Amino acid sequence: MSKVIVVTSGKGGVGKTTTSASFSSGLALRGNKTVVIDFDVGLRNLDLIMGCERRVVYDIINVINGEVSLKQALIKDKNCDNLYILPASQTRDKDALNLEGVERILNELKESFDYIVCDSPAGIESGAFTAMYFADEALVVTNPEVSSVRDSDRILGILAAKSKRAVDGLDPVKEHLLVTRYDPKRVEAGEMLSVTDIQEILRIPLIGVIPESESVLQASNAGTPAIHLDKSDVADAYRDVVGRFMGDEGLPMRFVSVEKKGFFKRLLGGR
Amino acid sequence: MSMIAGLIGYLRGNEKKTAVVAKERLQIILAHERAGRGAPTPDYLPALQEELMVVIAKYIHIDRESINVQLEKHGDYDVLELNITLPDKMRNNR
Repeated sequence: MSKVIVVTSGKGGVGKTTTSASFSSGLALRGNKTVVIDFDVGLRNLDLIMGCERRVVYDIINVINGEVSLKQALIKDKNCDNLYILPASQTRDKDALNLEGVERILNELKESFDYIVCDSPAGIESGAFTAMYFADEALVVTNPEVSSVRDSDRILGILAAKSKRAVDGLDPVKEHLLVTRYDPKRVEAGEMLSVTDIQEILRIPLIGVIPESESVLQASNAGTPAIHLDKSDVADAYRDVVGRFMGDEGLPMRFVSVEKKGFFKRLLGGR
Repeated sequence: MSMIAGLIGYLRGNEKKTAVVAKERLQIILAHERAGRGAPTPDYLPALQEELMVVIAKYIHIDRESINVQLEKHGDYDVLELNITLPDKMRNNR
């Protein structure tokens, strides 16, 4: 059974596309046939983060309108064999994305993919709604910051009330909290909400914590999802997220406390 | 002045950390927003109040202000609260 996962947040700039790119790459690296769809019609960016912007010929709207086949629009990822990208349209407006069309595409994708990752646009308008409507599971990307937490709560309310699963009376969308841009140092100083605080407020299970890191910008500069970076805590953190999502047990939650540098690590100049 | 006050607060250790303030603010605003979200004030309330008014007026002489319909949330269930204040004269007759 294939699964539809929405990466959502309400607020913009918290790391939805970064997460969509790394999460879908991680799923593919573990041998799952995966497709990642950009739902941000008019402001597509997943192609840049995945480094395939120059290979975009057709997009999701072309497929919905029946102008091209799904196969023609899918772009094979340069880093992972099992990963494909379906870009958003840059020229059309978001109303071109209708529920019937999206459902048709998802059903067709389900025939050949294990995981369908939907990168939601920010906000709670039609684009974000369409991205989450068919979801089986949701990664709710949240920064340790008041406006992001509030918007995540709003999104959780919409998932619980207006998603297809809610409307059809099926099991609810399985929600996962992903805290990004986390800085344990500032948390310890009392300057930043802790993971525990956020969990207590949002009341959904935590799937991972992505530390604040310079490497995220470097990854986007290069058009390589952060999960592929060498010796990067962000890459490790995303691999943990994928592991937990796939049911790996006994993965400790890393990057939540300030790392105490050991003698050898200091000697060797480790970060 | 505020800097001095801040410094004194800091030295006393009673300055509230901003993360604590953030959490408290979120808890308050979200409790409020969730209450409004689960059951957005149904738009039938004014009509319901109006119709109840008509029925009750058949038997008792009351003003518009003495009838109050409210929907409240108590944990997992909603309570429809109906409050009718009877006129003084009626109460005296009892």
